[in-house]
Amino acid sequence: MDAIRVENLTKRYTHTLAVDDISFTLAPGQTLGLLGGNGAGKTTTISLLLGLLTPTAGRIQVLGHDMARDRFPALQRMNFSSPYIALPARLTVRENLQVYGHLYSVPRLKARIGELAERFNLTALLNRPAGALSAGQKTRVALAKSFINQPELLLLDEPTASLDPDTGDYVRTVLEAYKRETGASILLASHNMAEVERLCDEVLMMKTGRIAGRGAPEALIARYGREDMEQVFLHIARSEEL
Amino acid sequence: MSARRIWGLIYRHLCMYRRSWPRLVEIAYWPTLELLIWGFTSVYITRAHAAPGLVAAGALIGGVLLWEIVLRAQMGVTTGFLEEIWSRNLGHLFVSPLRPAELIGALLAVSAIRTFLGLLPATIIAYLLYYYDVFAPGPIMLFFFANLLIMGWWLALGIVSLLFRYGAGAEALAWTLAFGITPLACVYYPMAALPVWLRPFAHILPASYIFEGLRAALSGQAPHWGQLGLACLLNAGWMLAAIAIFAGEFRRARRQGVLISIGE
Repeated sequence: MDAIRVENLTKRYTHTLAVDDISFTLAPGQTLGLLGGNGAGKTTTISLLLGLLTPTAGRIQVLGHDMARDRFPALQRMNFSSPYIALPARLTVRENLQVYGHLYSVPRLKARIGELAERFNLTALLNRPAGALSAGQKTRVALAKSFINQPELLLLDEPTASLDPDTGDYVRTVLEAYKRETGASILLASHNMAEVERLCDEVLMMKTGRIAGRGAPEALIARYGREDMEQVFLHIARSEEL
Repeated sequence: MSARRIWGLIYRHLCMYRRSWPRLVEIAYWPTLELLIWGFTSVYITRAHAAPGLVAAGALIGGVLLWEIVLRAQMGVTTGFLEEIWSRNLGHLFVSPLRPAELIGALLAVSAIRTFLGLLPATIIAYLLYYYDVFAPGPIMLFFFANLLIMGWWLALGIVSLLFRYGAGAEALAWTLAFGITPLACVYYPMAALPVWLRPFAHILPASYIFEGLRAALSGQAPHWGQLGLACLLNAGWMLAAIAIFAGEFRRARRQGVLISIGE
């Protein structure tokens, strides 16, 4: 069973076609990169996958559940992190993790928070209010929150956007280790092409709501005769054809 | 429905209040201030008009305390929801397994706690300063409290639905809507005091029957159970309508992508 199966997905707002008849799958244990310029349809696609949006047409299955009709069993087994969505600033890091531990019905919550604090180097920050943390620390807390339920599927929107290179590398290592340990699937939206090359088994390039290119990073680099994913991205984003 | 998920969201609000004394003070500030203003007014009325003034003064203080239940219950729910908008946390909540019904359940529980804490100082002050015992009419007061709490809740669900539709731009309604219907709720005067053309609006509000009942209880009259039953029926009807509107607006928000941009 695929972690994600999207068939002929379309999302139309009154005057905008945000996602235009796309289909793709994410196999278990794989990492799929979702790339594209601003307005390409990445955020809409992720929102559709999370059930925040209902599609105009098409079908989304996540971990075997239809997201239009039966999203809660899937939401219980997946998680999401984005530096653009905050956690309550007045609550401490520990309290935030406790709240989400309850929302995801996590067993042995105290021990789980201890594990996550260690994994994301948050032990010294557990009793600090989330609002008093630096941008990089907040991102690490958001990632810890996204690991709270040991998700089988992780949707990550620019997970290292505000991190310094050292911490960014640390987070990428954590993601690789988590995938290796649990066999989890990851959908990663990122503008960091080096990160995409390192983490992703396959990449989907979106442009004006459609899929403009797909394949393994090395295969895409070879197909377009470029040196790296950065150049592939620029080529697809700037080309007239879709 | 999961009690643990509901508790998770209640715990989030309890942690927030524990760390924010201005929020805690705000809960009790207005009810206490209102009570002081109307309490001294009632003292003046009692001194000026002797026995008839005593009943009027009692109705005034009782009206202030009981109407605050509606206001605090409504604000408890809407402020709880707005806190999630202000902290940009809604995105995390709506991608968690938290069901909309559990979100409502948690907000109602937080509202009940806020209402209790908000009215406790005012109730004690009423007793100490004005010798007004809000429980004096007996167990019927619990019936009044429960109905007014429910009225505050359905009003709040209506406002949250408006927040789904119009985003944080509708925030002002959270502070003003319940105040706006005060004249029609007949808190301080009988329904007969309203102009004839306004009475139909009062007739569809449970609060107008509750306050008629309060005044009857303070005058030593037997409660008019038919009217109080009508208040319950109206509350049930309005609550069902509010839940249906909330569900409809939530579906619409998912269709239009509002859950992502509601705070903008």
